[in-house]
Amino acid sequence: MSKEVLINDLVIRFSNVNGTGSASANDMFAKSIFRMGIPVTPKNIFPSNIQGLPTWYEVRINGKGYLGRREGIDILLAVNPQVLRRDVDSVRPGGYFIYDNSKQLHREFIRDDINYIGIPMIELAMANYDVPRLQQLFKNIIYVGAIATLINVDVEVIKQVISEQFEKKKKLIPANFQALELGINYVKEHLDYPLPIRVEHMDENKDKILIDGNTATALGAIYAGATIMAWYPITPSTSIAKAFETYCKKLRVDDETGKNNYAFLQAEDELAAIGMVIGATWNGARAFTSTSGPGVSLMNEFIGLSYFAEIPVVLINVQRGGPSTGMPTRTQQADILSSAYASHGDTKHVLLFPSTPAECFEHTVQAFDLADRLQTLVMVISDLDLGMNSHLSPPMNWDDDRKYDLGKVLSAEDLDSLKTQFGRYNDVDGDAIPYRTIPGTHPTKGSFFTRGTSHDEFAKYTELGEVYVRNVDRLAEKWETAKDLIPAPEFYQNEDESTVGLLFFGTTTYAALEAMDLIEAEGINIDSMRVTSFPFHAAAVEFIENHEKIVVVEQNRDAQFRSLLLNELNVNPNKLISVVNYDGMPITADLIARTIKDKLLIVKSASLP
Amino acid sequence: MSYSKPTFQHPDSKKNNVGYYKSDYEGVISTLCAGCGHDSISGAIVQACYEISLEPHRLAKLSGIGCSSKTPTYFLSNSHGFNSVHGRMPSIATGANMANKDLIYLGVSGDGDTASIGMGQFVHAIRRNVNMVYIVMNNGCYGLTKGQDSATADFGSISKAGGENPYQAIDLVGLALELNATFVGRSFSGDKSQLVPMIKAAMSHPGFALLDVISPCVTFNNNKGSTKSYSHVRAHIEATSIFDFVPEEEEIKVDYGEGKDAEVELFDGSKIHLSKLAPEWNPTDRFSAVKRLQSAKSEGKILTGLMYINPESEDLHKKMNTSDEPLNAIDEHVLCPGSQKLAEINASFR
Repeated sequence: MSKEVLINDLVIRFSNVNGTGSASANDMFAKSIFRMGIPVTPKNIFPSNIQGLPTWYEVRINGKGYLGRREGIDILLAVNPQVLRRDVDSVRPGGYFIYDNSKQLHREFIRDDINYIGIPMIELAMANYDVPRLQQLFKNIIYVGAIATLINVDVEVIKQVISEQFEKKKKLIPANFQALELGINYVKEHLDYPLPIRVEHMDENKDKILIDGNTATALGAIYAGATIMAWYPITPSTSIAKAFETYCKKLRVDDETGKNNYAFLQAEDELAAIGMVIGATWNGARAFTSTSGPGVSLMNEFIGLSYFAEIPVVLINVQRGGPSTGMPTRTQQADILSSAYASHGDTKHVLLFPSTPAECFEHTVQAFDLADRLQTLVMVISDLDLGMNSHLSPPMNWDDDRKYDLGKVLSAEDLDSLKTQFGRYNDVDGDAIPYRTIPGTHPTKGSFFTRGTSHDEFAKYTELGEVYVRNVDRLAEKWETAKDLIPAPEFYQNEDESTVGLLFFGTTTYAALEAMDLIEAEGINIDSMRVTSFPFHAAAVEFIENHEKIVVVEQNRDAQFRSLLLNELNVNPNKLISVVNYDGMPITADLIARTIKDKLLIVKSASLP
Repeated sequence: MSYSKPTFQHPDSKKNNVGYYKSDYEGVISTLCAGCGHDSISGAIVQACYEISLEPHRLAKLSGIGCSSKTPTYFLSNSHGFNSVHGRMPSIATGANMANKDLIYLGVSGDGDTASIGMGQFVHAIRRNVNMVYIVMNNGCYGLTKGQDSATADFGSISKAGGENPYQAIDLVGLALELNATFVGRSFSGDKSQLVPMIKAAMSHPGFALLDVISPCVTFNNNKGSTKSYSHVRAHIEATSIFDFVPEEEEIKVDYGEGKDAEVELFDGSKIHLSKLAPEWNPTDRFSAVKRLQSAKSEGKILTGLMYINPESEDLHKKMNTSDEPLNAIDEHVLCPGSQKLAEINASFR
């Protein structure tokens, strides 16, 4: 077996039982790697369960800064006897299987191509702690101490992280240190350490932060001035609500009066949640909801109302595995079409696709401006991987000179100085965006009747075909206006160098960028573009037009993003090649690189430089 | 709208305390069937708003879908209105109310819109005690889709087509009492003398005020055997009280006869005077209201009037401890924590 030394390039997977307190121990491990200045990306692979089912925590450590998932587990730390078979099988040849040897490992679990390291975690816990719950909790810290020593994690860094973790329960700190030492000392006394696969201090993380996308989204909403959040619990979006409430309590309570400059409404279902948002924004507040695919399905009727009656709505869709209840604790990008065209009749919605927590923050802020400016629904399309896992991210950014764009709202003074009669759906400026008024603005001017039925420029009910057509054609023109306001795509080359372009969005970005390097190392050079919004930005359209082949990377079975491109753009279907992954786990660079090579072999002989 | 109302003002018409004529509270001409109970309720709303000197723009009117939900265009043209989607008006009203606590929210719904498709939102608006008036124009049938029974149609009631309703009715008043609604009343579209003061009192109430108003459908549910026809309702109606609403600034003395008077002071200082018609009933005692309702039901009577009021009502804003300033009016400098705070937050994730 190879004993080649590998520094700062490993994947370690913790195999735990849900509900045993392992999550916080594992988080402290990942945070310690982050504090050592090494790029790290932890992924929580959890069941739809509170206690008892298997749960895994996969940490990729990569000095080059690759943050996507990588195939091949170098070290598996097994704390869950239920899934030993699966865990043993998941280790790459030459990798390490760390297990609890308080009990002997049965012969059937012995592979001759991996290394076995036994640590008596239960024995150590039982010998040192009396209470069963403590035995369970400290067993987690014991294995953190052991694995840290095995892969050379700085103990002082872990101790610092533990101290911060228990800042409010200081008396727990010595006990945690003791457990940590038990693990450390066992390895030092009984095993060879450190392993050839290990970590060393770096300075790669600079000003970066380690944060989950949902927390960043919630902070974005607070910075954007959202005063009302209405929501219904659903994985994986619930933590947005939790973070919104937590930070509102810190940032939005008036010092003098103790009163809240926010309202946090847990609705009876998703229909009510978006209804409350529509009522609030119609009445001049900034409001939003967050949900996942099943919730968006339920919200469809109201989404159409928002589009047709032109009421700003910000909706965060944290996608999970569908269809139906699907895989509620796994990730996918499978709500692309159902979000873009949500609701009956002719409807289209502005979508934003963040790919990092910092962008979750920024896109959420932008979504509020866009929704108010365009008077329509804007969806931020996140996913479970981005929303619930911690990611190494640039810091969130706020410019104090930034002003909210509240769009075309008429004040009482505006109404008094109007020369013509106010018409709620009148296109005064030629950009297809009308002016609106907020209830209570003026005693005698500016009132109108909002309705989901067909209406004329003055919001009056009409069944006249030509008036209806005039209105929906204006909405189509407004869609064109949106194209000038949405964020532009990101490119990773100064100018196009290849006839092939790689297209990706959201959380496929990490793996796509790594795949670019992988294939470049093999002498294949292609251009790439990260799409950040729908409708498609002019620069995105140009990129697609300028390449002979476009490889579209996405995480759903039916290549929905490719369908969206075909539906919206004048593009030859043969030009769009799909790379899809839909098993519920984040896509890997290996898969993308492999598929590009396989599918482009033909292309390569024909048209690649 | 091809119809328009004449702008002619009757020479005897008077401005109210805030300078509006009664006609300032009207809407466009109704397109409902001639004789529809809903039009009488619209008239009562106009009358009530004029009499309490409400500035029209301080009220927002909201509705769902159905004949009843069309009515907000037939009153208060100077108020913003919102005809939303079927059964979902309560959530729109909740959000609107959260955004601006200073307006009066008048929700108009029907029995289909409330007791069937909108039941979930209806009960949760009660549960939250959203500060709004919720009028159900209750005719026991689906008018716009031509007369199907609704969930408030009484068991055994005969439809126009001759069918007997085999299902139990949902009694919205009974349900609201069960859910601890803080203001519950029932009235009849044909009884303006009761309905107008009840609307005024509901508007003064700081919390969810349900007014279940029996409003016969002249086209589809006014036949023999229907328990929501004009003749049936008139023959079976029984009131809890003779009812009067006294705004805060007026102080009038009315003699209701000894032993039968009750007075309830509302949050804003206005008062409700009641001349009770049943001695065992007390409007602030929910249990007595439930009993009174049930006994009327068992006698085949339609009990109207104020059923219950909770003078200690705490609305959703109170429960949520929201700022005194409406949330839609708070300045962005107050709402946005700024870059320095964000730098601290970033640091907490390192």
